[in-house]
Amino acid sequence: MKPASRIPGAAPIAPALSAASAGLIPSGAGPVDRALRPDLAVIGRWIAPGSRVLDLGCGDGSLMAWLQASRGCTGYGVEIDHEAVLSCVRRGVDVVQRDIEAGLGMFGHDQFDVVVLSMAIQATHQTEKVLREMSQVGSEGIVSFPNFGHWYHAWSILRGRMPVSREMPYEWFNTPNLHLATVRDFEDFLRRLGLVITGRAFLADGQPVGWLPALRATQAIYRFRRSR
Amino acid sequence: MSAPGSVGQVAPRRMRFDAPLALRSGAAIAGYELVYETYGELNADRSNAVLICHALNASHHVAGTYGDDPRTAGWWDNMVGPGKPVDTNRFFVVGVNNLGSCFGSTGPMSTNPATGEPYGPDFPVVTVEDWVHAQARLADELGIARFAAVMGGSLGGMQALAWAILYPERIAHCVAIATAPKLSAQNIAFNEVARRAIITDPDFHGGRFYAHGVVPARGLQVARMIGHITYLSDDSMAEKFGRALRPSPEALAAQLAADGAAETEALPRSDYRFTFDVEFEIESYLRYQGEKFSKYFDANTYLLITRALDYFDPALAHGGDLAAALAPATADFLVASFTTDWRFAPERSREIVQALLAARKRVTYAEIDAPHGHDAFLLEDPQYMAVVAAYFDRIHARSAAGAGVAAPAPPQQEAAA
Repeated sequence: MKPASRIPGAAPIAPALSAASAGLIPSGAGPVDRALRPDLAVIGRWIAPGSRVLDLGCGDGSLMAWLQASRGCTGYGVEIDHEAVLSCVRRGVDVVQRDIEAGLGMFGHDQFDVVVLSMAIQATHQTEKVLREMSQVGSEGIVSFPNFGHWYHAWSILRGRMPVSREMPYEWFNTPNLHLATVRDFEDFLRRLGLVITGRAFLADGQPVGWLPALRATQAIYRFRRSR
Repeated sequence: MSAPGSVGQVAPRRMRFDAPLALRSGAAIAGYELVYETYGELNADRSNAVLICHALNASHHVAGTYGDDPRTAGWWDNMVGPGKPVDTNRFFVVGVNNLGSCFGSTGPMSTNPATGEPYGPDFPVVTVEDWVHAQARLADELGIARFAAVMGGSLGGMQALAWAILYPERIAHCVAIATAPKLSAQNIAFNEVARRAIITDPDFHGGRFYAHGVVPARGLQVARMIGHITYLSDDSMAEKFGRALRPSPEALAAQLAADGAAETEALPRSDYRFTFDVEFEIESYLRYQGEKFSKYFDANTYLLITRALDYFDPALAHGGDLAAALAPATADFLVASFTTDWRFAPERSREIVQALLAARKRVTYAEIDAPHGHDAFLLEDPQYMAVVAAYFDRIHARSAAGAGVAAPAPPQQEAAA
């Protein structure tokens, strides 16, 4: 089943923006990314040089590799997929092979400056538990996710179809995505967990979105802290 | 890239150490010998050495063959060799037989200079840490100030961990596979059953059986049988043997008499014989393994090595805090476990990883989905081999970039640090 982009006017899916590189499906040991995936580039810019970082569901380790090389950061990826683990080892990224939903008990409280969960939260079963643990393990959390509130998704449903998009390139019957949220849903969720939003960014097809992000963004990125 | 090959024909070497080695028990041993093998070439700046530590019943013979007999291949021949994960085209690999072993290094079968008799039960109890100090002395003699990696599985992994703690400046990478930070009560229990089987064998003679011209073969057999059970997974045993019944001795004899027809022609039995002889294939297999083992393994060595396993617990001196025990380490770590290993289950490796994370060490952890139980660390699982190969690529790259080059380390650590 080949996922197709149905976003009107969207460019054909470039290899660098495949579902694999968007972190939605396990990425193989593919060609080395020249540039970071757009949401990872935003996340990378948010992370202070020298930070100690935990990247949950780190895929092939491209964010950690970039943070190590360009930002002097240290830390680990957490990844369950064997091929992705191998890619991390080959890139010189330390990785812990573990299902993030099995718990972050291996990591102590506040062991990290930043904990990242990029484009994976929608596929977690126990989303609340994962977010809670994230916020305990690091002083700051960063999450990117596909914005289900994108206008095209509403349009698609109005036409009687489940949306299929670049960020969510699955049909309803084969999607790993369980917990899809809109921007407003996610903000409510963070508040309910007692987390304070310290930054947000919105992307549409990898480009920043200024106005009406809740409708126009295909990806949303949030950073947050525990309230004191 | 050429196909992975063998290091070819190898020969063990022997090094004598006259200076006494202080042991953790308070005893000391002097005038001892270690048997070792090396593969590959030590490079000019001596930065490409890898030490392989062996587990319970293995030895210095890690790779290659003696003569051209493939049956003499080393115990980790699938891991170490040209083009293999630990690539001898890049690395100078050292395999060493530990003190107390029965495969050439000084052990209970060796002559005690004080009595002129075999040491037997008088051989001092040795620990993982004692082995590491002895290995460090061998490294001194070989001109290796710092290993690019120290690697081992099971009990060998414990030695690699002990290296990282005891000689932090002498080990750049620690590769600890299918191991544990200490034995559980269940692990110790298995060891104790094995030891009791040996010690209570009438042929043991308090460990002085050499003088009686016997070996406690029955005890060794039972010890090996119980050990072997713990090395296999329930699934792999079920797959290999299931409840298959062994053909009756009469059927086997008849088959042999019928001009040695193919083994497969023995009729499978469908009913029990209602005896306590070998009934199931698994029983036959375990007995065979036990008998084979009892013919080459020394009973006193078995006691010593299982005790070394029991005693290993680097956190003990730190009130049980493994992270504190690992604090001195400066190595990068690769920890790997196997999902079906219940002797040293993945949870035990995760304890090590958790402590390394808490101690802010660099660590990669691979949890390999393999069906073979503890034995998987000796087998050729593609995921396992790929991770180790990728990690050794990293070690090689860092070593070539100068990161692994020996800082001029003090030639010798204090033995009883």
